[in-house]
Amino acid sequence: MALENATKTIQALLQSGKEYICVMKLHAEIPEQQVREVLEKFQGKIYQRPPLRASVKRRLRTRTIYYINLLEMERRNVLFQIGCEGGTYIRKLCYDIGEILGCGAHMQELRRTRAGPFTEKEGLVNLHEVSYWFEKWRETREESYIHKFVQPMEKALEMLPKIYIRDSAVDAICHGANLTTPGVVSFENTIKPNQTIAIFTLKGEAVALAKALVSAEELIERKHGFVAKTRRVLMERGVYPKAWTKSQTI
Amino acid sequence: MPKSEAPWQRKPELITKTEAKTDSKHGCKPEQRPVREYIKHGIINLDKPAGPTSHEVTAWVKRILGVKHAGHGGTLEAYAKWRA
Repeated sequence: MALENATKTIQALLQSGKEYICVMKLHAEIPEQQVREVLEKFQGKIYQRPPLRASVKRRLRTRTIYYINLLEMERRNVLFQIGCEGGTYIRKLCYDIGEILGCGAHMQELRRTRAGPFTEKEGLVNLHEVSYWFEKWRETREESYIHKFVQPMEKALEMLPKIYIRDSAVDAICHGANLTTPGVVSFENTIKPNQTIAIFTLKGEAVALAKALVSAEELIERKHGFVAKTRRVLMERGVYPKAWTKSQTI
Repeated sequence: MPKSEAPWQRKPELITKTEAKTDSKHGCKPEQRPVREYIKHGIINLDKPAGPTSHEVTAWVKRILGVKHAGHGGTLEAYAKWRA
């Protein structure tokens, strides 16, 4: 759950990769080896048409399945772990696996174990903990209690390729300007054109979400020109000084 | 089909284009934000109980923490995404 300014990072989180544990029910008993082979076929790029009840347009689209691991099989129940791109319909995937197996199948149970950088294992808190730690903070004003259940929004952007910029470039981005080459200090080697990236300060604060216009290779050589198109500003204006001037109009 | 790496399995490398320093007068490291600022720029990795809807849980957390806006990104399948 994202608070105040951090709500702007949710879009990035929705698009990010997911991991699930799933129980699939087969409509006939199939040898484990055969199920294993079919599951393996679903790794990589798959085609998927969103189901009838979907929040997106129902046209055929591709989704990448990073891995499917068969964990356990008992008669018609198949327990597997899946890592996939955001927007993959697991219920649909189970149905499609059933079609390929020839017997039919449906999704029985699903639990998400990861959304982008957030996992079940690290920093997961329940409602009781939220109210407990918040009360503790109210009594003592000890900030470490807040840190026990709230993480900086930068955590949500952990998986995005990043560009770190100069202090002098920050406020222009906060006003919606696009990032130009002179503002760039360092960047991750995974950047590709048209990809969603995150612009960070040298202190590690998120400034904005942007669309990369160049690849990391091109950026090494570049001397001027636009590097990224600002999409969503995350930092308030005025945190860093204004180091740019409006061009004079006479 | 070839297996492709999940984003959480990737290990990106940082390429430095120029050396630059940051002035401690402006901004601060995310973990060092004053508590109100920290909450305003915060995320809670919340284990939602099975009963109430995401909407109800969000409203509850908003009231507890006294924040105006909150949103969740935890939707399964076709159920509506909601943002305050």
